[in-house]
Amino acid sequence: MLTVSGVTKVYRVGAFGGRSLTAVDDVSFSVGAGEVVSLIGESGSGKSTIGRMVLRLAVPTSGRITFDGADLASLKGRALLGYRRRVQGVFQDPFSTYNPIFKADRVLHMVRDGFFPSVPAAVWRTKVEEALDGVRLDPGQVLGRYPHQLSGGQLQRMLIARALLLDIDLLVADEVISMLDASTRIDVLNLLADLKARGLGILFVTHDLSLGNYLSDKAVILKRGQVVETGPTEEVFGNPRHPYTRHLLASVPQLHRRWSDGPLAEPVN
Amino acid sequence: MGLRVEDLRVYYRTLRGPVRALDGVSFSVADGEIMGVAGESGCGKSTLGKSLIRLDGRMKHVSGTVELDGVTLPIANDIAMRRYRFKEISLIPQYAMSALNPTRKIGRLVDDLLASRGVDPVALRPEIERRLTLVGLDRAVLGNYPIELSGGMKQRTVMVLSTLLDPSLLVADEVTSALDVSTQRAVAETLVGFRDRGFVTSMMVITHDISLVYQIADSIMVMYAGKLAEKAPADVVVNAPLHPYTQLLISSLPEVGVRYSSRRLTGIPGRPPALLNPPTGCRFRDRCPLAFDRCAEEPPFVEVAPGHQVACWKAGS
Repeated sequence: MLTVSGVTKVYRVGAFGGRSLTAVDDVSFSVGAGEVVSLIGESGSGKSTIGRMVLRLAVPTSGRITFDGADLASLKGRALLGYRRRVQGVFQDPFSTYNPIFKADRVLHMVRDGFFPSVPAAVWRTKVEEALDGVRLDPGQVLGRYPHQLSGGQLQRMLIARALLLDIDLLVADEVISMLDASTRIDVLNLLADLKARGLGILFVTHDLSLGNYLSDKAVILKRGQVVETGPTEEVFGNPRHPYTRHLLASVPQLHRRWSDGPLAEPVN
Repeated sequence: MGLRVEDLRVYYRTLRGPVRALDGVSFSVADGEIMGVAGESGCGKSTLGKSLIRLDGRMKHVSGTVELDGVTLPIANDIAMRRYRFKEISLIPQYAMSALNPTRKIGRLVDDLLASRGVDPVALRPEIERRLTLVGLDRAVLGNYPIELSGGMKQRTVMVLSTLLDPSLLVADEVTSALDVSTQRAVAETLVGFRDRGFVTSMMVITHDISLVYQIADSIMVMYAGKLAEKAPADVVVNAPLHPYTQLLISSLPEVGVRYSSRRLTGIPGRPPALLNPPTGCRFRDRCPLAFDRCAEEPPFVEVAPGHQVACWKAGS
């Protein structure tokens, strides 16, 4: 479905753009329908930049990103709108996504204004309720509320509902649960698992290895913009080949196993 | 002698009435103990940490005492607390980035800080440099501006600064949450190193991440909705918790190796009660699978085994 091949993104940095920074360096992977691919890396590894390029919020310097065969770089106007109807993103901070002046469900109504202006209000309302039901939110509890009246988990689920309203094929989930509490975190993860079972492809961007492992079919480990290891999740986590992956795994705090029990793999530079 | 907190209540003043963020908390931290304080957002863990250092304008000390090494701290009196802050009790704030003045070189900032406490910065300079080296920093950072350091370096610099005067108690509030996993591990292990070298006597590590605090803490205290749920040695909290909230919290944490297809984890349904007018009785009652009639009465925080305290009617029996 989504194919990223040989993608590089170079940013101009410095006072006059004199220096360049390669944020993503020759990255290739693909996401199929009903498949969850985790992009795992520390800060500065380029994982969010890849997510932004897939959402076409940024354009690759070289390489191609194709969705069902169509090159993203060539999409314009109507075709781009059509792409956005099928691919949507949800980001880390649910609190800053909402405008505190307006009611939270405004994000849902804006989808109608932008994509489905011909749908009658009553039909739209049913669709909204269905979508909220799909993310296990009670419409009566969340509609008509302001962002500060809802919890982080509710706000985040409403954003996922917003993406679902478009009947998307691919969701870019960029650190969607790192701001949530432990007890609600897992609900959002399980929700993503249910959506995957319905055929949604998910690009799951995270720095947390245990979360990447819970959900994903394929894992892509990034370091400074480059892919260091990629493969089926069980293999990458069960039998990491690259020293950097081993180092990352050894650093993850785990319950039932202390750091002091195992040796720390040498960090690689 | 460590820290003893007795029935501490700190409320936030709001227009709609007091928010009972910390509602009757009693515990102690022994000398040399690293105690983790865990809980979800809004459970009062940061309020607890702040209460020990400085009550801001919105916070009101309602009742309770805090005793450090046998001396009662005047926590409600901002000015009287000055002689204890930094010297006896010190804090590492959550965002090291915002704790450092961006317009001053770090060395200058340290000098100002020490001079304000009546300590001669020049005499202490070799010790500062020694400790910076210990946490893996070059002493040249004293000549850097904060913007020139990475997040992990800033966090470690702040850790060195906070512990310069060898405080008796160090409160570390979410010190690792903004860091990458490998930096997180380095910072957490540095904290243990500080205790082992005697830079600090005892420590409270406040975090939402139980798996992280399990790595470094001797004991873990779990808070829920402004009250204590359970305190026990770290191994007991993780492997044999007694409070239903702790049990559910631990079982909802995904670990490396757990996949939803083989073992589907569940969260805790519902949400914590609002603390403006909290319900009477056990505050976890509405979300608790074991709740029964007696939970309408507030369970006391009692010791069920040596070093293991729980606030639940079902735990003791």
